[in-house]
Amino acid sequence: MEKLSFRLTAPRCAGGTRTQAIVGVVASGNLEVLLERASPADMCTIDIATAAHGFGAVWDAVVRDFVARRSAGGLRISINDGGARPDTVALRLAQGVRKIEEPER
Amino acid sequence: MSDWGMQKAALAERLAAGDQHAKGKMVPIANLPAFLKAVIRSGDRVCLEGDNQKQADILASALANLDPRDVHDLHMVQSGVVLPSHLDIFDKGIARRLDFSYSGPQSARIARMLFGRKIELGAVHTYLELFARYFIDLTPNVALIAAVSADKDGNLYTGPNTEDTPTVVEATSYKNGLVVAQVTEIVDKVPRVDIPGDLVHFVVEAGRPFYVEPLFTRDPAAITETQILTAMLAIKGIYAPYGVRRLNHGIGFNTAAIELLLPTYGERLGLKGKICTHFALNPHPTIIPAIESGWVDQIHCFGSEVGMEDYVAARSDVFFTGPDGSLRSNRAFCQTAGLYACDMFIGSTLQIDLDGHSSTVTTSRIAGFGGAPNMGSDPRGRRHPSEPWLKAGAEADPDSNAALRRGRKLVVQIGETFGERKAPLFVERLDALDLARELKLDLAPVMVYSDDVTHIVTEEGIANLLMCRSKDEREQAIRGVAGYTDIGRARDAKLVEQLRQRGVIQRPEDLDIDPLDADRSLLAARSIKDLMLASGGLYRPPSRFRNW
Repeated sequence: MEKLSFRLTAPRCAGGTRTQAIVGVVASGNLEVLLERASPADMCTIDIATAAHGFGAVWDAVVRDFVARRSAGGLRISINDGGARPDTVALRLAQGVRKIEEPER
Repeated sequence: MSDWGMQKAALAERLAAGDQHAKGKMVPIANLPAFLKAVIRSGDRVCLEGDNQKQADILASALANLDPRDVHDLHMVQSGVVLPSHLDIFDKGIARRLDFSYSGPQSARIARMLFGRKIELGAVHTYLELFARYFIDLTPNVALIAAVSADKDGNLYTGPNTEDTPTVVEATSYKNGLVVAQVTEIVDKVPRVDIPGDLVHFVVEAGRPFYVEPLFTRDPAAITETQILTAMLAIKGIYAPYGVRRLNHGIGFNTAAIELLLPTYGERLGLKGKICTHFALNPHPTIIPAIESGWVDQIHCFGSEVGMEDYVAARSDVFFTGPDGSLRSNRAFCQTAGLYACDMFIGSTLQIDLDGHSSTVTTSRIAGFGGAPNMGSDPRGRRHPSEPWLKAGAEADPDSNAALRRGRKLVVQIGETFGERKAPLFVERLDALDLARELKLDLAPVMVYSDDVTHIVTEEGIANLLMCRSKDEREQAIRGVAGYTDIGRARDAKLVEQLRQRGVIQRPEDLDIDPLDADRSLLAARSIKDLMLASGGLYRPPSRFRNW
């Protein structure tokens, strides 16, 4: 298991009022993303535990794009990765910020 | 000059040789080895019917069992190299030269045999191109074909898988070649005459159906959320703005996802009747929900699909069917329809380079082309206008005189940035180039050329190559949708952003596509069983796709 941590300045704050959201599942080729409102509004922290070693540079690119393109300020994001492809990771992160801005049902 | 009529005389000799082993036109299966030895000559050009799906398997085995001392140096001209016996013929030294189109199931072995110089390669063709050459310089001396049934006069019924048979027979029989058919059974009267008996010289009753491959069945259970996102991008970002009504779909999971999103996502966008009304398409099981919800007016088919027979017969308002009720497919006509009468081709590939050339060849696999390069190309002989064709032409060349401007066919390559076993879709250099060098080919086997492709769709977005004005813009547009592949990560971020501002690149967020919609619940059918239920029980999936 490899652990990676990022603390990034976020241009836009996450919408909605939910305190947390979870998307995805831990499975081979998939990942679970937990999002919590637990960072300063202009920051996003991301902690990753991944089964695949040696992909730090790709993770760096994926999470930087995510924070730049989506509204991720104020979030602490924990990722439990089962060796997902980067496109799956990017989709899950995008789904996560959309889910936390949805009204509670 | 008194030597005219030599081909007719040679045919008469072959017929006389064959008659020794036949009763009328009927060759008892026990006589097949001696019969083939008698009618096939060394050096003959032979079409062993190997279609995309239907295979003359009994005749293929019998041909492969000939003694190379009796028959050798055959030149095989067949669209599909599909069965092991198709290559055994070369391994044993019975055949030497090969011209073909598609070799999906044998792609690894054919590559090894080409590298081992076991096969002398003529060329890898598109279907329509090989069919064309049947009438010019690759006319068969002998055609070994497959049908469902025959009567005693040799009239043939092909059933739904007519495919290549009329084309092969036309080229062979009318040019003094010999036509031999294997059929499941001999009957008093065939259900419909697909091939007239006077073009068929001999018939072998096989006693069992020919081999047919379910090539186009994509299990909805295997469609990923990334594929659903990519499908939404294609529908909202290409199908809708161009108003694509007449089109061809490739056979991958991405286009299966599009078919399954029409009744859900497409309906929500109000696109029913505005897109996807007329297809050149095999009867994909995944198109069932769209047909059942009234999206599709008409479909012409290259071939059939195992399990779809009853469904197609019951939907003759949509499909082309014969007086017997079953599907009439025809690969040559459908390829022509896909080329000239469709405004869009959309399909997947294995590798795309920085110019936009795409190829399904890797150094260890040569799968051939099939029909994709034909449908995935801009037909320069087209003259009728249509809204998508004119719009694409205007985007490519906005400043020219509209009345003199060619339209453009939409040629869309769709896929995830990483394919099977995390192989990147985007590469600096196509494997096809290494293959061409190794085999000393004049041409690298490119499936869709860069100047034909108009759009590339990945989960990261759509690149509209029609709107690129320089080689550099084109390269950055491709890099800009190449995700986290090495090609994607080496993009010029500033130029990519400029391309996005101009609408050359569109991302899901630019098209208001909600990532939460990228969920399997959006598929109109989520399993093979759902497809069967949607068809009212008319679709009968082959056992390998049944898990209930």
